[in-house]
Amino acid sequence: MKQIYLDYAATTPVVKEVYDEMKDYFLKNYGNTSSLHILGQNADEKVEKVREKIKQKLNAKDHKVIFTSGGTESNNLAIKGLVYANKEKKHIIISKIEHDCILKTAKFLEKQGYEVTYLNVDKEGFIDLKQLEKSIKKETILVSIMHANNEIGTLQNLKEIGKICKEKKVLFHTDACQSFTKEKIDLEEFNIDLITINAHKIYGPKGIGALVIKNGIKLTPLLHGGGHEYGFRSGTLNVPAIIGFGKAIDVISKEDIKKMIDLRNYMIKEILKKIPTSKLNGPTENRLCNNLNFLFNYIEGESILLQLDMEGICISTGSACSSNTLETNHVANAIGIPKDKANGIIRISLGIETTKEETDIFIEKLIKIVKRLTDMSPLTK
Amino acid sequence: MQNIKYSKKVKEHFLHPHNMGKIKNADGIGKLGNPACGDVMYIYLKIIKKNEKEIIKDIKFQTMGCAAAISTSSMITDIVKGKTLEEAFKITNKDVAKELDGLPPIKMHCSNLAADVLKEAIKDYYNKQKNRKIKYEKTACYKCCDSKKEMD
Ligand SMILES: Cc1ncc(COP(=O)(O)O)c(C=O)c1O
Repeated sequence: MKQIYLDYAATTPVVKEVYDEMKDYFLKNYGNTSSLHILGQNADEKVEKVREKIKQKLNAKDHKVIFTSGGTESNNLAIKGLVYANKEKKHIIISKIEHDCILKTAKFLEKQGYEVTYLNVDKEGFIDLKQLEKSIKKETILVSIMHANNEIGTLQNLKEIGKICKEKKVLFHTDACQSFTKEKIDLEEFNIDLITINAHKIYGPKGIGALVIKNGIKLTPLLHGGGHEYGFRSGTLNVPAIIGFGKAIDVISKEDIKKMIDLRNYMIKEILKKIPTSKLNGPTENRLCNNLNFLFNYIEGESILLQLDMEGICISTGSACSSNTLETNHVANAIGIPKDKANGIIRISLGIETTKEETDIFIEKLIKIVKRLTDMSPLTK
Repeated sequence: MQNIKYSKKVKEHFLHPHNMGKIKNADGIGKLGNPACGDVMYIYLKIIKKNEKEIIKDIKFQTMGCAAAISTSSMITDIVKGKTLEEAFKITNKDVAKELDGLPPIKMHCSNLAADVLKEAIKDYYNKQKNRKIKYEKTACYKCCDSKKEMD
Protein backbone atom coordinates (compact mmCIF):
# COMPACT_ATOMS: atom_id res chain seq x y z
CA MET A 1 0.00 0.00 0.00
CA LYS A 2 1.36 3.39 -0.98
CA GLN A 3 1.44 5.81 1.92
CA ILE A 4 -0.18 9.19 1.47
CA TYR A 5 1.32 11.65 3.91
CA LEU A 6 -0.86 14.67 4.67
CA ASP A 7 0.67 15.73 7.96
CA TYR A 8 3.38 18.16 6.85
CA ALA A 9 2.48 20.57 9.64
CA ALA A 10 3.68 17.95 12.12
CA THR A 11 6.92 17.46 10.26
CA THR A 12 8.31 17.01 6.77
CA PRO A 13 10.76 14.57 5.28
CA VAL A 14 14.29 15.80 4.68
CA VAL A 15 14.53 16.23 0.91
CA LYS A 16 17.44 14.73 -0.98
CA GLU A 17 19.27 17.97 -1.75
CA VAL A 18 19.24 18.85 1.95
CA TYR A 19 20.36 15.40 2.98
CA ASP A 20 23.15 15.40 0.40
CA GLU A 21 24.38 18.76 1.61
CA MET A 22 24.47 17.53 5.22
CA LYS A 23 26.34 14.26 4.63
CA ASP A 24 29.84 15.70 4.32
CA TYR A 25 29.45 17.46 7.64
CA PHE A 26 29.01 14.13 9.39
CA LEU A 27 31.74 12.28 7.56
CA LYS A 28 34.42 14.79 6.55
CA ASN A 29 33.91 18.34 7.73
CA TYR A 30 33.19 17.34 11.27
CA GLY A 31 35.16 20.09 12.99
CA ASN A 32 33.98 21.95 16.05
CA THR A 33 33.26 25.55 15.10
CA SER A 34 35.12 26.71 18.21
CA SER A 35 38.36 24.97 17.16
CA LEU A 36 41.10 27.12 15.71
CA HIS A 37 42.35 24.54 13.22
CA ILE A 38 41.30 24.29 9.65
CA LEU A 39 38.49 21.76 10.20
CA GLY A 40 36.99 23.95 12.87
CA GLN A 41 37.35 27.13 10.89
CA ASN A 42 35.84 25.60 7.77
CA ALA A 43 32.81 24.52 9.71
CA ASP A 44 32.55 27.93 11.34
CA GLU A 45 32.67 29.67 8.00
CA LYS A 46 29.84 27.53 6.66
CA VAL A 47 27.73 28.10 9.75
CA GLU A 48 28.22 31.86 9.45
CA LYS A 49 26.98 31.64 5.87
CA VAL A 50 23.77 30.00 7.09
CA ARG A 51 23.31 32.78 9.64
CA GLU A 52 23.60 35.31 6.83
CA LYS A 53 21.19 33.38 4.67
CA ILE A 54 18.57 33.27 7.41
CA LYS A 55 18.96 36.99 7.97
CA GLN A 56 18.57 37.66 4.29
CA LYS A 57 15.46 35.52 4.05
CA LEU A 58 13.88 37.44 6.92
CA ASN A 59 15.26 40.83 5.86
CA ALA A 60 16.93 41.07 9.25
CA LYS A 61 19.16 44.14 9.13
CA ASP A 62 20.11 44.49 12.75
CA HIS A 63 19.67 41.02 14.22
CA LYS A 64 21.59 38.03 15.53
CA VAL A 65 20.79 34.42 14.67
CA ILE A 66 20.98 32.08 17.67
CA PHE A 67 20.86 28.43 16.71
CA THR A 68 18.83 26.25 19.07
CA SER A 69 17.46 22.72 19.20
CA GLY A 70 14.21 23.80 17.54
CA GLY A 71 11.02 25.76 17.89
CA THR A 72 10.34 24.70 21.45
CA GLU A 73 13.71 25.87 22.71
CA SER A 74 13.62 29.10 20.73
CA ASN A 75 10.23 29.97 22.18
CA ASN A 76 11.36 29.12 25.70
CA LEU A 77 14.52 31.18 25.27
CA ALA A 78 12.63 34.12 23.83
CA ILE A 79 10.17 34.34 26.69
CA LYS A 80 12.03 33.09 29.75
CA GLY A 81 15.31 34.54 28.57
CA LEU A 82 13.77 37.93 28.10
CA VAL A 83 11.79 38.20 31.32
CA TYR A 84 14.65 36.84 33.43
CA ALA A 85 16.99 39.43 31.94
CA ASN A 86 14.56 42.30 32.53
CA LYS A 87 13.35 41.76 36.06
CA GLU A 88 11.70 45.14 36.48
CA LYS A 89 8.92 44.38 33.97
CA LYS A 90 6.67 41.50 34.85
CA HIS A 91 3.90 41.39 32.29
CA ILE A 92 3.72 39.57 28.96
CA ILE A 93 0.97 39.26 26.36
CA ILE A 94 0.31 36.17 24.27
CA SER A 95 -2.72 34.82 22.43
CA LYS A 96 -4.94 31.94 23.49
CA ILE A 97 -3.98 29.90 20.43
CA GLU A 98 -0.21 29.82 20.80
CA HIS A 99 1.64 26.54 20.51
CA ASP A 100 1.94 24.63 23.78
CA CYS A 101 5.58 25.59 24.14
CA ILE A 102 4.55 29.24 24.47
CA LEU A 103 1.39 28.60 26.50
CA LYS A 104 3.09 26.35 29.00
CA THR A 105 6.05 28.68 29.31
CA ALA A 106 3.58 31.45 30.13
CA LYS A 107 1.81 29.25 32.70
CA PHE A 108 5.18 28.42 34.22
CA LEU A 109 6.02 32.11 34.56
CA GLU A 110 2.62 32.84 36.10
CA LYS A 111 3.50 30.42 38.87
CA GLN A 112 6.64 32.46 39.45
CA GLY A 113 4.67 35.64 39.92
CA TYR A 114 4.61 37.04 36.40
CA GLU A 115 1.42 38.37 34.89
CA VAL A 116 0.21 37.00 31.55
CA THR A 117 -2.55 38.39 29.35
CA TYR A 118 -4.09 35.79 27.04
CA LEU A 119 -5.62 37.58 24.08
CA ASN A 120 -8.90 36.22 22.77
CA VAL A 121 -9.29 35.31 19.14
CA ASP A 122 -12.36 35.46 16.94
CA LYS A 123 -14.10 32.51 15.24
CA GLU A 124 -11.39 32.36 12.59
CA GLY A 125 -8.54 32.65 15.05
CA PHE A 126 -7.56 36.30 14.61
CA ILE A 127 -6.58 38.41 17.59
CA ASP A 128 -8.27 41.76 18.10
CA LEU A 129 -5.69 44.50 17.53
CA LYS A 130 -7.64 46.90 19.73
CA GLN A 131 -7.59 44.43 22.59
CA LEU A 132 -3.85 44.03 22.08
CA GLU A 133 -3.32 47.76 22.20
CA LYS A 134 -5.42 48.10 25.34
CA SER A 135 -3.62 45.25 27.08
CA ILE A 136 -0.17 46.83 26.82
CA LYS A 137 0.82 48.62 30.00
CA LYS A 138 3.89 50.08 31.71
CA GLU A 139 4.96 46.68 33.07
CA THR A 140 4.65 44.93 29.72
CA ILE A 141 7.95 43.62 28.45
CA LEU A 142 6.86 41.40 25.58
CA VAL A 143 4.08 40.63 23.12
CA SER A 144 4.37 37.13 21.66
CA ILE A 145 1.90 36.29 18.90
CA MET A 146 2.43 33.40 16.52
CA HIS A 147 2.42 34.01 12.79
CA ALA A 148 0.61 30.94 11.41
CA ASN A 149 -1.38 28.79 13.78
CA ASN A 150 -0.34 25.16 13.55
CA GLU A 151 -3.87 23.78 13.82
CA ILE A 152 -6.20 26.10 11.96
CA GLY A 153 -3.72 27.99 9.78
CA THR A 154 -4.74 31.51 10.79
CA LEU A 155 -2.12 34.05 9.67
CA GLN A 156 -1.99 36.98 12.06
CA ASN A 157 -1.28 40.44 10.72
CA LEU A 158 2.32 40.76 11.89
CA LYS A 159 2.74 44.18 10.34
CA GLU A 160 -0.09 45.71 12.35
CA ILE A 161 0.99 43.96 15.53
CA GLY A 162 4.54 45.18 15.01
CA LYS A 163 3.32 48.71 14.50
CA ILE A 164 1.41 48.68 17.78
CA CYS A 165 4.37 47.20 19.65
CA LYS A 166 6.70 49.82 18.26
CA GLU A 167 4.37 52.67 19.20
CA LYS A 168 3.90 51.31 22.68
CA LYS A 169 7.59 50.49 23.03
CA VAL A 170 7.26 46.83 23.91
CA LEU A 171 9.21 43.99 22.34
CA PHE A 172 7.51 41.81 19.74
CA HIS A 173 8.23 38.10 19.36
CA THR A 174 6.58 35.82 16.84
CA ASP A 175 6.63 32.03 16.50
CA ALA A 176 6.93 31.48 12.76
CA CYS A 177 7.62 27.74 12.73
CA GLN A 178 4.68 27.06 10.44
CA SER A 179 5.07 30.01 8.11
CA PHE A 180 8.82 30.42 7.60
CA THR A 181 9.63 30.23 3.85
CA LYS A 182 5.92 29.82 3.08
CA GLU A 183 4.75 33.35 3.83
CA LYS A 184 6.39 36.73 3.55
CA ILE A 185 8.21 37.73 6.73
CA ASP A 186 10.15 40.97 6.85
CA LEU A 187 11.63 41.79 10.24
CA GLU A 188 12.26 45.42 9.30
CA GLU A 189 8.89 46.12 7.73
CA PHE A 190 6.98 44.20 10.42
CA ASN A 191 9.09 45.56 13.27
CA ILE A 192 9.80 42.12 14.71
CA ASP A 193 12.32 42.01 17.55
CA LEU A 194 12.49 38.26 18.04
CA ILE A 195 11.40 35.41 15.78
CA THR A 196 11.33 31.64 16.21
CA ILE A 197 11.94 29.38 13.22
CA ASN A 198 12.87 25.73 12.76
CA ALA A 199 13.98 23.33 10.05
CA HIS A 200 11.79 20.26 10.30
CA LYS A 201 8.70 21.95 8.90
CA ILE A 202 10.56 23.03 5.76
CA TYR A 203 12.17 19.76 4.64
CA GLY A 204 15.21 20.15 6.88
CA PRO A 205 16.33 18.01 9.80
CA LYS A 206 14.64 17.78 13.19
CA GLY A 207 16.29 19.17 16.30
CA ILE A 208 17.50 22.44 14.81
CA GLY A 209 15.95 25.86 14.89
CA ALA A 210 16.86 29.43 15.55
CA LEU A 211 15.84 32.42 17.57
CA VAL A 212 16.62 35.58 15.66
CA ILE A 213 16.87 38.60 17.94
CA LYS A 214 17.47 42.28 17.44
CA ASN A 215 20.89 43.51 18.49
CA GLY A 216 20.89 45.02 21.94
CA ILE A 217 18.19 42.76 23.38
CA LYS A 218 19.32 41.11 26.61
CA LEU A 219 18.48 37.48 27.26
CA THR A 220 19.32 35.25 30.20
CA PRO A 221 20.51 31.98 28.69
CA LEU A 222 18.70 28.75 29.49
CA LEU A 223 21.89 26.77 28.88
CA HIS A 224 25.07 28.00 30.49
CA GLY A 225 28.43 26.78 29.34
CA GLY A 226 31.13 27.64 26.88
CA GLY A 227 29.48 30.83 25.74
CA HIS A 228 28.47 29.76 22.26
CA GLU A 229 25.90 31.69 20.25
CA TYR A 230 26.87 35.10 21.66
CA GLY A 231 26.59 33.63 25.14
CA PHE A 232 22.85 33.06 24.72
CA ARG A 233 23.00 29.33 24.10
CA SER A 234 25.99 27.24 25.02
CA GLY A 235 26.77 23.88 23.51
CA THR A 236 28.82 22.69 20.55
CA LEU A 237 27.01 23.68 17.39
CA ASN A 238 25.10 21.01 15.52
CA VAL A 239 26.89 21.76 12.27
CA PRO A 240 25.30 19.15 9.96
CA ALA A 241 21.83 20.21 11.10
CA ILE A 242 22.65 23.89 10.66
CA ILE A 243 23.93 23.18 7.15
CA GLY A 244 20.70 21.27 6.43
CA PHE A 245 18.64 24.12 7.86
CA GLY A 246 20.42 26.54 5.54
CA LYS A 247 19.77 24.39 2.51
CA ALA A 248 16.13 23.83 3.49
CA ILE A 249 15.46 27.55 3.19
CA ASP A 250 15.50 27.17 -0.60
CA VAL A 251 13.26 24.11 -0.79
CA ILE A 252 9.78 25.60 -1.00
CA SER A 253 9.41 27.56 -4.21
CA LYS A 254 6.83 30.15 -5.24
CA GLU A 255 5.35 27.52 -7.57
CA ASP A 256 5.07 25.03 -4.71
CA ILE A 257 3.16 27.57 -2.67
CA LYS A 258 0.81 28.34 -5.53
CA LYS A 259 0.24 24.63 -6.07
CA MET A 260 -0.51 24.03 -2.38
CA ILE A 261 -2.96 26.92 -2.26
CA ASP A 262 -4.81 25.59 -5.30
CA LEU A 263 -4.96 22.08 -3.86
CA ARG A 264 -6.03 23.38 -0.47
CA ASN A 265 -8.87 25.42 -1.97
CA TYR A 266 -9.94 22.51 -4.14
CA MET A 267 -10.05 20.19 -1.13
CA ILE A 268 -12.00 22.64 0.99
CA LYS A 269 -14.58 23.00 -1.76
CA GLU A 270 -14.88 19.26 -2.38
CA ILE A 271 -15.08 18.22 1.26
CA LEU A 272 -17.65 20.84 2.22
CA LYS A 273 -19.71 19.91 -0.81
CA LYS A 274 -19.51 16.14 -0.46
CA ILE A 275 -19.71 15.77 3.32
CA PRO A 276 -22.77 17.60 4.63
CA THR A 277 -21.78 17.15 8.29
CA SER A 278 -18.44 18.92 7.74
CA LYS A 279 -17.43 22.43 8.65
CA LEU A 280 -14.20 24.29 7.94
CA ASN A 281 -12.31 25.61 10.94
CA GLY A 282 -10.07 28.63 10.56
CA PRO A 283 -10.18 31.44 8.02
CA THR A 284 -10.84 31.35 4.29
CA GLU A 285 -8.55 34.30 3.72
CA ASN A 286 -5.17 34.89 5.34
CA ARG A 287 -4.77 31.20 5.82
CA LEU A 288 -1.50 29.28 5.70
CA CYS A 289 -1.03 27.80 2.22
CA ASN A 290 -0.93 24.14 3.28
CA ASN A 291 -3.40 23.96 6.18
CA LEU A 292 -6.88 22.44 6.28
CA ASN A 293 -8.92 21.80 9.39
CA PHE A 294 -12.41 20.35 9.55
CA LEU A 295 -14.98 19.52 12.14
CA PHE A 296 -17.32 16.60 11.56
CA ASN A 297 -20.54 16.44 13.52
CA TYR A 298 -21.54 13.30 15.43
CA ILE A 299 -18.21 11.48 15.10
CA GLU A 300 -14.75 11.50 16.57
CA GLY A 301 -11.57 12.69 14.92
CA GLU A 302 -9.48 9.90 16.35
CA SER A 303 -11.68 7.31 14.69
CA ILE A 304 -11.32 9.09 11.36
CA LEU A 305 -7.55 9.27 11.81
CA LEU A 306 -7.23 5.58 12.66
CA GLN A 307 -9.36 4.40 9.78
CA LEU A 308 -7.43 6.60 7.37
CA ASP A 309 -4.20 5.29 8.85
CA MET A 310 -5.33 1.74 8.16
CA GLU A 311 -5.83 2.81 4.56
CA GLY A 312 -2.33 4.27 4.41
CA ILE A 313 -3.18 7.94 4.86
CA CYS A 314 -1.54 10.03 7.59
CA ILE A 315 -3.34 13.05 9.03
CA SER A 316 -3.71 14.56 12.47
CA THR A 317 -6.54 15.29 14.91
CA GLY A 318 -7.22 18.25 17.06
CA SER A 319 -8.93 15.93 19.46
CA ALA A 320 -8.15 15.75 23.11
CA CYS A 321 -8.73 12.03 23.10
CA SER A 322 -5.81 11.44 20.79
CA SER A 323 -3.27 12.99 23.01
CA ASN A 324 -2.22 11.12 26.04
CA THR A 325 -3.44 13.83 28.34
CA LEU A 326 -7.14 14.25 27.55
CA GLU A 327 -6.59 17.97 27.85
CA THR A 328 -9.14 20.00 26.00
CA ASN A 329 -7.98 21.37 22.70
CA HIS A 330 -7.16 24.98 23.51
CA VAL A 331 -7.41 26.22 19.92
CA ALA A 332 -10.88 24.72 19.39
CA ASN A 333 -11.87 26.19 22.70
CA ALA A 334 -10.58 29.64 21.80
CA ILE A 335 -12.44 29.78 18.48
CA GLY A 336 -15.68 28.88 20.24
CA ILE A 337 -16.16 25.23 19.35
CA PRO A 338 -18.14 23.60 22.17
CA LYS A 339 -16.43 20.77 24.01
CA ASP A 340 -18.82 18.10 22.84
CA LYS A 341 -17.93 18.94 19.24
CA ALA A 342 -14.22 19.54 19.67
CA ASN A 343 -13.55 15.83 19.43
CA GLY A 344 -14.66 15.74 15.82
CA ILE A 345 -11.75 17.73 14.43
CA ILE A 346 -9.07 16.67 11.96
CA ARG A 347 -6.15 18.59 10.48
CA ILE A 348 -4.79 17.91 7.01
CA SER A 349 -1.59 19.60 5.90
CA LEU A 350 -0.12 19.53 2.43
CA GLY A 351 3.45 19.35 1.22
CA ILE A 352 5.39 20.21 -1.89
CA GLU A 353 5.14 16.58 -3.00
CA THR A 354 1.36 16.37 -2.55
CA THR A 355 -0.44 15.64 -5.82
CA LYS A 356 -4.00 16.17 -6.96
CA GLU A 357 -4.29 12.41 -7.33
CA GLU A 358 -3.38 11.91 -3.67
CA THR A 359 -5.90 14.47 -2.52
CA ASP A 360 -8.60 12.78 -4.61
CA ILE A 361 -7.83 9.40 -3.04
CA PHE A 362 -7.90 11.03 0.36
CA ILE A 363 -11.25 12.73 -0.23
CA GLU A 364 -12.80 9.55 -1.55
CA LYS A 365 -11.69 7.54 1.50
CA LEU A 366 -12.67 10.32 3.86
CA ILE A 367 -16.21 10.38 2.50
CA LYS A 368 -16.53 6.62 3.01
CA ILE A 369 -15.12 6.68 6.52
CA VAL A 370 -17.18 9.65 7.66
CA LYS A 371 -20.30 7.96 6.36
CA ARG A 372 -19.47 4.71 8.15
CA LEU A 373 -18.84 6.46 11.46
CA THR A 374 -21.85 8.71 11.08
CA ASP A 375 -24.08 5.70 10.46
CA MET A 376 -22.73 4.16 13.64
CA SER A 377 -23.32 7.23 15.77
CA PRO A 378 -26.39 7.52 18.00
CA LEU A 379 -26.32 11.30 17.67
CA THR A 380 -26.80 11.42 13.91
CA LYS A 381 -29.89 13.31 12.98
CA MET B 1 2.11 13.16 22.57
CA GLN B 2 2.67 9.45 22.35
CA ASN B 3 0.80 7.30 19.94
CA ILE B 4 -2.08 5.39 21.36
CA LYS B 5 -1.46 1.75 20.62
CA TYR B 6 -4.48 -0.49 20.15
CA SER B 7 -4.46 -4.28 20.14
CA LYS B 8 -5.21 -6.26 17.00
CA LYS B 9 -8.59 -7.28 18.40
CA VAL B 10 -9.54 -3.66 19.06
CA LYS B 11 -8.65 -2.76 15.50
CA GLU B 12 -10.66 -5.67 14.09
CA HIS B 13 -13.78 -4.72 16.03
CA PHE B 14 -13.23 -1.05 15.27
CA LEU B 15 -13.01 -1.62 11.52
CA HIS B 16 -15.71 -4.29 11.37
CA PRO B 17 -18.01 -3.83 14.34
CA HIS B 18 -20.55 -6.53 15.10
CA ASN B 19 -24.22 -5.91 15.85
CA MET B 20 -24.21 -2.28 14.92
CA GLY B 21 -27.52 -0.50 14.58
CA LYS B 22 -30.88 -0.10 16.30
CA ILE B 23 -33.60 -2.53 17.39
CA LYS B 24 -37.14 -1.33 16.77
CA ASN B 25 -39.43 -1.84 19.76
CA ALA B 26 -36.50 -2.85 21.93
CA ASP B 27 -37.33 -4.34 25.33
CA GLY B 28 -34.60 -2.35 27.00
CA ILE B 29 -32.48 0.61 25.96
CA GLY B 30 -29.37 1.95 27.67
CA LYS B 31 -27.93 5.37 26.87
CA LEU B 32 -24.82 6.73 28.47
CA GLY B 33 -21.95 8.91 27.52
CA ASN B 34 -19.73 11.86 28.01
CA PRO B 35 -19.84 13.96 24.84
CA ALA B 36 -17.04 16.20 26.13
CA CYS B 37 -14.80 13.14 25.98
CA GLY B 38 -16.33 12.26 22.67
CA ASP B 39 -17.99 9.02 23.72
CA VAL B 40 -21.70 8.31 23.59
CA MET B 41 -23.14 4.80 23.49
CA TYR B 42 -26.65 3.37 23.09
CA ILE B 43 -27.46 -0.33 23.57
CA TYR B 44 -30.74 -1.97 22.50
CA LEU B 45 -31.95 -5.34 23.86
CA LYS B 46 -34.48 -7.88 22.70
CA ILE B 47 -35.31 -10.33 25.51
CA ILE B 48 -37.05 -13.70 25.35
CA LYS B 49 -38.20 -15.92 28.21
CA LYS B 50 -37.23 -19.54 28.14
CA ASN B 51 -37.74 -21.94 31.06
CA GLU B 52 -38.26 -19.06 33.50
CA LYS B 53 -35.04 -17.49 32.30
CA GLU B 54 -34.70 -14.19 30.47
CA ILE B 55 -32.30 -14.44 27.63
CA ILE B 56 -30.74 -11.76 25.41
CA LYS B 57 -32.05 -12.79 22.04
CA ASP B 58 -30.71 -9.81 20.18
CA ILE B 59 -28.50 -6.85 21.00
CA LYS B 60 -27.43 -3.87 18.94
CA PHE B 61 -25.42 -0.76 19.56
CA GLN B 62 -24.85 2.76 18.28
CA THR B 63 -21.70 4.55 19.32
CA MET B 64 -20.02 7.84 18.76
CA GLY B 65 -16.44 7.71 19.85
CA CYS B 66 -12.92 6.57 19.43
CA ALA B 67 -11.68 3.11 18.56
CA ALA B 68 -11.89 2.09 22.22
CA ALA B 69 -15.52 3.08 22.53
CA ILE B 70 -16.51 1.44 19.26
CA SER B 71 -14.61 -1.81 19.83
CA THR B 72 -15.90 -2.24 23.40
CA SER B 73 -19.45 -1.74 22.12
CA SER B 74 -18.97 -4.37 19.48
CA MET B 75 -17.24 -6.76 21.87
CA ILE B 76 -19.92 -6.62 24.55
CA THR B 77 -22.62 -7.48 22.06
CA ASP B 78 -20.64 -10.60 21.14
CA ILE B 79 -20.10 -11.52 24.78
CA VAL B 80 -23.69 -11.32 25.97
CA LYS B 81 -25.73 -12.40 22.99
CA GLY B 82 -27.57 -15.56 24.06
CA LYS B 83 -26.71 -15.11 27.72
CA THR B 84 -29.24 -14.74 30.54
CA LEU B 85 -29.75 -11.30 31.98
CA GLU B 86 -28.26 -12.47 35.25
CA GLU B 87 -25.09 -13.56 33.54
CA ALA B 88 -24.94 -10.43 31.42
CA PHE B 89 -25.35 -8.22 34.45
CA LYS B 90 -22.13 -9.57 35.91
CA ILE B 91 -19.97 -8.40 33.02
CA THR B 92 -17.75 -5.46 33.93
CA ASN B 93 -16.00 -2.81 31.84
CA LYS B 94 -12.76 -4.49 32.80
CA ASP B 95 -13.94 -7.85 31.45
CA VAL B 96 -14.70 -6.21 28.12
CA ALA B 97 -11.27 -4.59 27.95
CA LYS B 98 -9.69 -7.93 28.79
CA GLU B 99 -11.53 -9.70 25.99
CA LEU B 100 -10.06 -7.12 23.62
CA ASP B 101 -6.55 -7.90 24.87
CA GLY B 102 -6.50 -4.67 26.80
CA LEU B 103 -7.02 -0.99 26.09
CA PRO B 104 -4.49 1.86 26.29
CA PRO B 105 -4.49 3.10 29.91
CA ILE B 106 -5.76 6.55 28.97
CA LYS B 107 -8.81 4.94 27.36
CA MET B 108 -9.78 2.93 30.44
CA HIS B 109 -11.54 5.82 32.19
CA CYS B 110 -14.00 7.30 29.80
CA SER B 111 -14.10 5.27 26.63
CA ASN B 112 -14.56 1.91 28.34
CA LEU B 113 -18.23 2.17 29.23
CA ALA B 114 -19.95 -0.64 27.32
CA ALA B 115 -20.73 -2.73 30.42
CA ASP B 116 -22.27 0.30 32.12
CA VAL B 117 -24.47 0.92 29.11
CA LEU B 118 -25.53 -2.71 29.01
CA LYS B 119 -26.51 -2.57 32.69
CA GLU B 120 -28.42 0.60 31.94
CA ALA B 121 -30.33 -1.26 29.21
CA ILE B 122 -31.05 -4.20 31.53
CA LYS B 123 -32.21 -1.75 34.19
CA ASP B 124 -34.53 -0.17 31.65
CA TYR B 125 -35.94 -3.58 30.81
CA TYR B 126 -36.51 -4.41 34.49
CA ASN B 127 -38.09 -1.00 35.05
CA LYS B 128 -40.61 -1.73 32.37
CA GLN B 129 -41.50 -4.97 34.20
CA LYS B 130 -43.46 -3.94 37.23
CA ASN B 131 -41.83 -4.00 40.64
CA ARG B 132 -38.44 -4.89 39.44
CA LYS B 133 -35.85 -2.32 40.28
CA ILE B 134 -32.13 -2.85 40.30
CA LYS B 135 -29.15 -0.77 41.17
CA TYR B 136 -25.54 -0.81 40.09
CA GLU B 137 -22.44 1.34 40.26
CA LYS B 138 -21.19 2.87 37.05
CA THR B 139 -17.46 2.38 36.72
CA ALA B 140 -16.59 4.53 33.70
CA CYS B 141 -15.88 8.20 34.22
CA TYR B 142 -18.54 10.58 32.97
CA LYS B 143 -17.08 13.84 34.08
CA CYS B 144 -13.34 13.70 33.58
CA CYS B 145 -13.37 15.66 30.34
CA ASP B 146 -15.78 18.34 31.52
CA SER B 147 -13.48 20.53 33.49
CA LYS B 148 -10.51 22.02 31.80
CA LYS B 149 -7.48 20.50 33.36
CA GLU B 150 -4.87 22.77 34.81
CA MET B 151 -1.84 22.88 32.59
CA ASP B 152 1.64 22.77 34.08
C1 LIG C 1 3.81 26.81 15.77
C2 LIG C 1 4.83 25.89 16.32
N1 LIG C 1 5.66 26.32 17.28
C3 LIG C 1 6.61 25.51 17.81
C4 LIG C 1 6.76 24.21 17.40
C5 LIG C 1 7.80 23.35 18.06
O1 LIG C 1 8.92 23.20 17.27
P1 LIG C 1 9.98 22.02 17.53
O2 LIG C 1 9.28 20.76 17.21
O3 LIG C 1 11.09 22.32 16.57
O4 LIG C 1 10.42 22.11 18.94
C6 LIG C 1 5.91 23.73 16.39
C7 LIG C 1 5.98 22.36 15.88
O5 LIG C 1 6.03 21.36 16.49
C8 LIG C 1 4.92 24.58 15.86
O6 LIG C 1 4.07 24.16 14.93
